Amino acid sequence: MQLSRTARILLRLATALGLAVIYAPLLLVLVNSFNASRSFAWPPSGFSTRWWAAAWQETGLRAALATSLKAGLGATAVALVLGTMAAFAATRYRFYGRQSVSFLLILPIALPGIVTGIALNAAFRTVLTPLGVGFGLFTVVVGHATFCIVVVFNNVAARLRRIAPSAEEASADLGAHTFQTFWYVTLPAVRSALLAGALLAFALSFDEIVVTTFTAGPGTQTLPLWIFDNLARPNQGPVVDVVAAVLIVLAVLPVYLAQRLSGEPLR
Amino acid sequence: MTAPAATRAPDRTPDRLPARTPVRRLAGALHRRPGLRLAALLAAPMTWLVLAYLGSLTVLLLSAFWTTNEFTSNIEYRWTADNFRSLLTDPQYRTVALRTLGIAASVTVIDAVIALPMAFYIGRVARPGSRRLLLVAVLTPLWAGYLVKAYAWWVMLSHGGVLDWVTAPFGGHSPGFGVPAVVMVLGYLWLPYMVLPLCTAFEQLPDSLLAAAADLGAGPWRTLRTVVLPMVRPALIAGSIFTFSLSLGDYLAVQIVGGTTSMLGNVIASNVTLNLPLAAAVSCVPVLLIIGYLLAVRRTGALDSL
Repeated sequence: MQLSRTARILLRLATALGLAVIYAPLLLVLVNSFNASRSFAWPPSGFSTRWWAAAWQETGLRAALATSLKAGLGATAVALVLGTMAAFAATRYRFYGRQSVSFLLILPIALPGIVTGIALNAAFRTVLTPLGVGFGLFTVVVGHATFCIVVVFNNVAARLRRIAPSAEEASADLGAHTFQTFWYVTLPAVRSALLAGALLAFALSFDEIVVTTFTAGPGTQTLPLWIFDNLARPNQGPVVDVVAAVLIVLAVLPVYLAQRLSGEPLR
Repeated sequence: MTAPAATRAPDRTPDRLPARTPVRRLAGALHRRPGLRLAALLAAPMTWLVLAYLGSLTVLLLSAFWTTNEFTSNIEYRWTADNFRSLLTDPQYRTVALRTLGIAASVTVIDAVIALPMAFYIGRVARPGSRRLLLVAVLTPLWAGYLVKAYAWWVMLSHGGVLDWVTAPFGGHSPGFGVPAVVMVLGYLWLPYMVLPLCTAFEQLPDSLLAAAADLGAGPWRTLRTVVLPMVRPALIAGSIFTFSLSLGDYLAVQIVGGTTSMLGNVIASNVTLNLPLAAAVSCVPVLLIIGYLLAVRRTGALDSL
């Protein structure tokens, strides 16, 4: 399609403007973390690193970070195992109800987080509480794993559809049993997909707040819950800003890793 | 005539075969029975999803038909449709539902208007090298976290914040916290979900069709209207599924920048601890709206381009 010079310039301008709108708030958070003013009055009144020091001293923040890491690792581990199993079943076998399996996997992420959250909350209250299992890290992991399964499933299933079964058949012909074939042939072929899925699942769990709100007990605070709690407190603004700034900078990490993983040649 | 098999026979002694360890016996059993393999693979994930998820949803749906004691807030397991009745008759719920629907629709339209030119530029005009870079630039903020971004807007919108400072020379001020702020923040949060499918669609548009349109005398504007837009429609709808359903169920952005505004999500969240049956009944509204929207767009083939 032949575009006029004006049209090209207008389109470039629109894209630049769109990206500027996307990045301006994030840059503002970074700048504000060094803003001496406690109330983020703009323009900044001066440069200061005291909020970074204050954030470093925050003990609740460290505890929340540890909880988030634990919940993320737990949910990722569960999602990796269950998602991979489901991916093998859905790609390697033809069976009645295969479509509903995929649908069931997508459902937790398709429905609003609050519906998933209160559904789990209601179920835990009716089933687990009478058994003596209270709300805490365990219930958070269960909640997160439920919607993380689908991202592992998607990554692994996409990879399995692309690799030919001939390598596995050759392995069986050469005398390897099912588990050896899985360990030495199939697993290396899907390893990078597993890593990408795990990365996504962890990021999803690390950022999640809605389901967490309804599955965490009063004593369990993940990092997003900590941020949300402290947003409401008048004097904690700058410290929240430092945490947000760190999270923005860290966002580059998974993108970089995902690029590395997807660029890896198939072996 | 010698039998070759007989001369080779001593080589095939049983000790050359792998030892029959329990592991190998299990592997053999699995290898011979595909059905058993499938069952073993499906058992754990399906148990988890059906027990933990479908079970929970069922409990939620059932509890919508229960009621709570007005004084103790305890759930009474008495079968009643009162929650749904008050949902349909109370004008307060209708207002909130319509407001939520309006916000979700505005967010979707605004995102589509912003994303179309961006995706067109990234997918068709930009050189391949910068295309990849631009896509990464759109993707990266997705990882920065929901709360971080909502918080960034809270800072910008607040009194004496950046928006006040930017608009002051023109005699304006920040829109403050309310429905416009909610639309802005939700539109900002879900914009990448709209840009990405559109980018892919624009990239995959065959050059031959555009050339044919030009050969037949269509100008760029007409080509855009009659060839390009109909072809990217499934991607547009796929993007709208994200922007629409994510906005429908949202309740945190409203709490952060919405002032006193409430959406369906807030009604659900505020009732969870004290009146779970009512919360369950209210949560049927966004679920039904989303399922209805999915069914309505299923025929366009948009679900395949998710």
